[in-house]
Amino acid sequence: MTRKIKHFISYTILIIASLLSVFPLYYMLSGATNKSIDIVRGRLIPGGYLVENFRTLVANQNLGLAMFNSFRNAILITIISLLVCSIAGYGFEIYHDKGKDTLMSILLLSMMLPFVALMIPLFKMFSTVGLVNSWIALVLPSISTPFMIMLFRQASRSFPIDIIEASRLEGMSEIAIFFRMYVPIMKSTYGAAMTVTFMNAWNNYLWPKVILQDNASITMPMLVANLKSGYSVDYGMLMLGVLICTLPTAIIFFCLQKSFSNGLTGAVK
Amino acid sequence: MVSTSNAKKKMSLQKKHNLIGWAFLIPASLLIFVFCFYPMFQAILLSFKKGMGEAQTWAGIANYSRILKDRTFKQCLFNTVFYFIIQVPVMLILALILAQLLNDATLRFKGLFRTMIFLPCATSLVSYSMIFKSLFAPDGFVNMILTKTGIGAVDWFQNAWAARFVIIIALVWRWTGYNMVFYLAGLQNIDQSIYEASRIDGATAFQQFFKITIPLLKPTILLTAIMSTSGTLQLFDESVNLTAGGPGKSTMTLAHYIFNISFVETPKFNYAAALSVFILVSVAILSAIQMKVGDSRD
Repeated sequence: MTRKIKHFISYTILIIASLLSVFPLYYMLSGATNKSIDIVRGRLIPGGYLVENFRTLVANQNLGLAMFNSFRNAILITIISLLVCSIAGYGFEIYHDKGKDTLMSILLLSMMLPFVALMIPLFKMFSTVGLVNSWIALVLPSISTPFMIMLFRQASRSFPIDIIEASRLEGMSEIAIFFRMYVPIMKSTYGAAMTVTFMNAWNNYLWPKVILQDNASITMPMLVANLKSGYSVDYGMLMLGVLICTLPTAIIFFCLQKSFSNGLTGAVK
Repeated sequence: MVSTSNAKKKMSLQKKHNLIGWAFLIPASLLIFVFCFYPMFQAILLSFKKGMGEAQTWAGIANYSRILKDRTFKQCLFNTVFYFIIQVPVMLILALILAQLLNDATLRFKGLFRTMIFLPCATSLVSYSMIFKSLFAPDGFVNMILTKTGIGAVDWFQNAWAARFVIIIALVWRWTGYNMVFYLAGLQNIDQSIYEASRIDGATAFQQFFKITIPLLKPTILLTAIMSTSGTLQLFDESVNLTAGGPGKSTMTLAHYIFNISFVETPKFNYAAALSVFILVSVAILSAIQMKVGDSRD
């Protein structure tokens, strides 16, 4: 009996929390398919205005360019970041000694540094070498993060050392052991790291806003932020823009959800 | 003879491995030094200087004493601290409760609940700011409900407290699921037999939660508290896109203010650098306090 009551309370709270979590996203979805005036009138069921909203959006904003830029930036950051951080995390754990442990604690300190404090010197650095508006300036500061290094270091703890020993006996080089043994085994950690890195890169707003000042380098979050300017907001177009900006991260999240939670807990698969 | 040469070989092999280890972690470390530590050092230098462009002269603590007289800064500091004090505890407690509920093995649809509650994290900060801006617009959905239920519409973005409330609601919506996932991962690492043993000893669910769950989750709670602290002190996207800092400057965050005086108004890089050093020191102090508190509860 008490278990039943407990379950009832649990389900009630969880259902309310789930509905509250999903509702704004549903509002976005239905908004993207409805006429602005209907959204204002409170229409909450999907309508047939999706194509119209899309036409307005494309007419107002350079959607293709923003999509291309966002994908290029996010994919570049994700690939390079995963490579650089995973090999560092592996190095910190597998070859650890006093010097490397000290370096790791110094690197962890950088987690405390707020990005707002770094953005002005970073901007100055890149403007002296003439890289303002370039994707290089956008990508470089986002590659190496202590969080990712720590994630891979933590995960490397559960990597069986026997595999390394055996591979060494077979005459494999250290770098080959990393790529041919470690990378395939740590798939779920890579999945989690990829989800986090891609989402952060795709959603980043402050640094792109600082370093990308011409219209040719516009990214999706910047495009969405532009949609609100002007007196009358076309809610249908706005919600469609928000939806398009959300789709890539949502899809990646759904595909990698399993490895995301496994990878965060440090499970080896 | 053979054994000494083997030992020698082993030594040199170890040395080689050690060097390879360094080679593995140098690219990542170098990037952090060049794009984190060096700019930080530069920011501190900048904050003690004055002048336009390259013509920089020492200014002593002029930029810092200016902070004390800056009314906009005080307003932004108040807003940021307010968000921090209200939002972080509410969000973390909610996340902990949800994680605890979801950690029940006898519950069904756990995966579905977890996914739905985590889903807000898939939206970008700009995107969800826009969604909440629409929901709380004068002619938006929330006001429609309020009008229909007879409470009456609220002009959310024209009233300072209402606008701050919207920002907090939006933040809690976006980040609760994120923190919940960390707690869930932590809870799953707690050995179930501890709970069973305590149940045999007659512990209630409440006692179990406060005497077992919270202490064992402490490292995770500390991690999420530090992440949320540093995140809240750096709030930017929401302030810019949800309320545009308004009405007036009553919802503007420190990061938003720093951005404005660096890139929107005539650039005052030196003063902005002083403000950013202030945020840096605040984050460091708050994190240190949290770590201290986290330690002393042992």
